[in-house]
Amino acid sequence: MHDDVVIRVIAKVMIPAVMLFALYVQFHGDYGPGGGFQAGVVFAAAFVLNAMIFGLNRGRHAWPARLNLLAICGGVLLYGLTGVASMLLGANYLDYDVLGATTQSGQHIGILLVEFGVGLTVASVMVALFFTFAGRLTHIRLMAKMQAHEEADQRKTKRKARSTKKRARK
Amino acid sequence: MMQHLPILQVLLPLLGAPLAALLRHRDMAWGLALLLTGAAFLISIILFSQQQMTGETLVYDLGGWPAPIGIVYVIDAASALVLPVISGIAFVATIAARRLVEAEIDARDHALFYAAWLLTIAGMLGQVTTGDAFNIFVFLEISSLSAYALVAMGAGRDRRALPAAFNYLILGTVGATFYVIGLGLLYMLTGTLNLVDLSDRLADVQSTRAAFTALAFIALGLFLKMALFPLHFWLVPAYAHAPSAVSALMAATATKVSVYVLIRLVFGVFGIDFPGLADAVGLLVLTLGIAGAFVGTLAAILETDLKKLFAQSSIAQLGYMAIGIGAMSATGLAAAFIHLFNHALMKGALFLAIGAIAAQVGRAGMGTIQGAGRQIPLTMTAILVGGLALIGVPLTAGFISKLYLVRALLEQDFWLLAALTFISSALALAYVWKIIETAWLKERPKGAPVLVETPVHYVPAWLMVIATIGFGIFASPLVDAAYAAAHVFIGGAR
Repeated sequence: MHDDVVIRVIAKVMIPAVMLFALYVQFHGDYGPGGGFQAGVVFAAAFVLNAMIFGLNRGRHAWPARLNLLAICGGVLLYGLTGVASMLLGANYLDYDVLGATTQSGQHIGILLVEFGVGLTVASVMVALFFTFAGRLTHIRLMAKMQAHEEADQRKTKRKARSTKKRARK
Repeated sequence: MMQHLPILQVLLPLLGAPLAALLRHRDMAWGLALLLTGAAFLISIILFSQQQMTGETLVYDLGGWPAPIGIVYVIDAASALVLPVISGIAFVATIAARRLVEAEIDARDHALFYAAWLLTIAGMLGQVTTGDAFNIFVFLEISSLSAYALVAMGAGRDRRALPAAFNYLILGTVGATFYVIGLGLLYMLTGTLNLVDLSDRLADVQSTRAAFTALAFIALGLFLKMALFPLHFWLVPAYAHAPSAVSALMAATATKVSVYVLIRLVFGVFGIDFPGLADAVGLLVLTLGIAGAFVGTLAAILETDLKKLFAQSSIAQLGYMAIGIGAMSATGLAAAFIHLFNHALMKGALFLAIGAIAAQVGRAGMGTIQGAGRQIPLTMTAILVGGLALIGVPLTAGFISKLYLVRALLEQDFWLLAALTFISSALALAYVWKIIETAWLKERPKGAPVLVETPVHYVPAWLMVIATIGFGIFASPLVDAAYAAAHVFIGGAR
């Protein structure tokens, strides 16, 4: 992308706002529309925007792959272990009632944890998908460049071979 | 803890997957997979014996929400029979996976491989356990998506794994979409997704066109998923080019789960008395089943690559299961369950033995095994016994399958079909003989790579071979369990 000062400045302002809104969608999901899936996608959008404006390398730097894998797995584990916790407290799997002092607070804690797990995994999977596909593009370009070099080399050696043959004939 | 077994069955491999992905060392990931599949196998055996003893249906409410509102996991005679098949095969395949994966997959991908491996197992176990129609779809997608990734991981050694995985992805997604469209129609009609509740409420609207359309979509989607002829084209390349461990796991379990889901939906939800079911599903499944039995067998005879050969034979074997379903009787369903069980054992043995060869030399074609009978006698004998079981030779599990299949057909006076089943089984002799001839009667060509076998190569396959023979000789517990499973869906005498 062309280095455009307007886009850069607006992105810098927007990215934290997008992230904040994602967190609002995440945690207000207990009371109103929202929840982990939506929040995760919005949160990931901030990273996608960052990478699109400031380049893949800086984008990758903001959210390293190793951390991303940890987040993908951590979200699933958080969800699953919340269920296991209620199992250990003597109720059925994912029965939130037993997680708090009252059934109501238990339900609240349970859904908060589970939705946070969902949000974490969705956000990091979206980021992983984006970087994987965007990375393919550089990979493909690199491969194309390498192929072009190789072909040029081949042509050179062929030309050399032909000229040596000609010389030999002379 | 005992009351949590139905959920733990699915949960252990499901939560094992993210853990395996995080483990850096490949042996640790393998060890975790082995531990969890072993635990799942143990749990499924406990559930099976518990169910057999009490004869009751075990229901587990997720989140403490009871049936029509919440999602329930149901262990009845049918799911209790299918669970040990899947988890048992998964366990044995995991034992074998270590060597096969080491040989075929880049070391950096091992942790992710075992993560996908555990996910696909969890998905299959979930489809069988759950009593919620939409939950079936979710688990179907979990198992399929991870299976696409597993097939594609064969690309390190065989680039054709990529188009195979892509075809599988497209067709698998179409199948799953059809299933969910049908489900949407049912939900619109009844307002429920619980299988038992769905079946009750469907009785009021069963003569509507929407209900029939739902049946058509669901059945078609599952035909695609179970690779019923002529919707089987994704299966052969996917099994042939996948890593050997994946071929073994999937050939033995993946399509079986779809057969189970088809039975569960068609007979458990729509019910045998559903108007048009006998014509639309029964007749169609019978015709396609017998056609598939012939097409698969003939294609297998022409094939020279062992993995492809036995993948084609899977098409034929799925045809037999379809015939059992299409007979629309308790005996027919029992025969389908028996064959589902037995075929999983045979194909497990075959693909594990072939995998042991393919992992050494890259591919297992007729040229590779020429004269190999003396070089690797135990591995080749495993293939031989598996092949004989596919034909239906007495003293192997395949014989029991064919016996009950023919019995179901004769019960309904389908003489012609019984004869055709017999002929197509006999035709299977052609490809098994081809293998015997190549492996034992021909000399090993000069300069052929030396094949070796050590216990790690043949023990997993032989576990399956022993089970194949064992269930061929002592078949009565299996037959009883299969009839009990069939009676969940269709009443009637033995």
